[in-house]
Amino acid sequence: MFPAPFEYFRAETVDEALSLLGRYGGDARVLAGGQSLIPAMRFRLARPAVLVDINALADLAYVRESDGRLTFGALARDAEVEHDPTIRARYKMIADTSFAVADPVVRQTGTVVGSLCHNDPAGDWAVTALAGRAEIVVRGGGGARVVPIDDFLVDSFTTAVGEGEMALEARFPTPPARTAGAFEKIERKVGDFATVSAAARVTLAADGTIADAQVALGAVGPTAIRAGEAEALLRGATPSRELLRAAADAAAHRADPVADTRGSADYKKAMAGVLVRRALETALGRLGVEGLR
Amino acid sequence: MKISVTVNGTVYERDVEPRTLLAYFLREQCGLSGTHVGCDTSSCGVCVVVLDGERAVKSCTMFAASADGHEVTTVEGLASGAALHPLQQAFWDQHGLQCGYCTPGMLMTSYVLLRRNADPSEAEIREALSGNLCRCTGYNNIVKAVRQAAQDMQRTNAAVAEREPVAT
Repeated sequence: MFPAPFEYFRAETVDEALSLLGRYGGDARVLAGGQSLIPAMRFRLARPAVLVDINALADLAYVRESDGRLTFGALARDAEVEHDPTIRARYKMIADTSFAVADPVVRQTGTVVGSLCHNDPAGDWAVTALAGRAEIVVRGGGGARVVPIDDFLVDSFTTAVGEGEMALEARFPTPPARTAGAFEKIERKVGDFATVSAAARVTLAADGTIADAQVALGAVGPTAIRAGEAEALLRGATPSRELLRAAADAAAHRADPVADTRGSADYKKAMAGVLVRRALETALGRLGVEGLR
Repeated sequence: MKISVTVNGTVYERDVEPRTLLAYFLREQCGLSGTHVGCDTSSCGVCVVVLDGERAVKSCTMFAASADGHEVTTVEGLASGAALHPLQQAFWDQHGLQCGYCTPGMLMTSYVLLRRNADPSEAEIREALSGNLCRCTGYNNIVKAVRQAAQDMQRTNAAVAEREPVAT
């Protein structure tokens, strides 16, 4: 099906984009990669009256590491993340995610920030953003504000980006020393939405105990969710097979999936635990802690 | 709205609705039906074209309006006159197609792969083509064809480099 008719504007500057978004308010949507928005429009799940195309804003096509964080501009495409040597070497949870998003062709067009703004409950980037403690810079006519990811993901397909605003960049704080993460996803075929996904990140203290941990799940709630109970269990504990199983169980307990063609609710709940355990194993393995399987 | 898109080196100025998708613009308004439409939801990859010489794009999931002022390469733009592009020749040689429906997308996705990676391994080819579906299950020969094309193109480039030493 073709999308419903809309008015199209190509913004040449961020200010022009904001002015258009301000003028059309809730009728307008930002078009970045469009790899989620255009299919949603074709299925008539989205019917924006106005599209503000930001693909000409080359200034927003950056991936950069500076000031203690890794930053993705609103036009940073998934494929750029996937091919970035810094990310491959030092941000493995983000690298894992970049290979799991959609398929290699879609990734040449889709953007990280666009995925966060679309906020599909089964999207991949929101899960990693939660585990990576990301922040989103949102700008409107009145200036910019920095929104922590927990506040950004309001509800399915709804974010903290208000009318007349756009997300300019996503910031991932550079992880502290002795920190590693991993992202895991079950998909029926390449390019499918996640049946379930999980991201986990662990920081080890000098004595080998877990100083800090972040655990998040995708496709098992209205948005990607944090598994706070699992994080609390991990913090201060010594890595062991039993600890990982307990954390996985706690995370699975938090999962509240709905049955669909990708699986029953029970199956997804069970897989949420499995993926959290695998992500923790991989993350700890990357820190040299073996024998947890 | 009026748009101007350079397709395979030819400028096409056309009046489009903003909701016109690039695949339909190419097929119906430019008369270039080599770009196919399959799933129409960015899953199958038969509609892949190359944007600005560097990015493979599923043209069913891009608005023609967004291509205004840009360059698009379709499967019709691969051959030079009667001489097939090395990828096309390799698909022929290796029987890399059966019904041919997925072939334009396979070729254009492979074209960008070889621009980014002149010597991809079998695993890299399979990964790069994982968003392109073939219902005839001809994947093995498609992968062989891309390997052949990579080797042929490297040989050609080496021969050209030998013939025309780069000034230092």
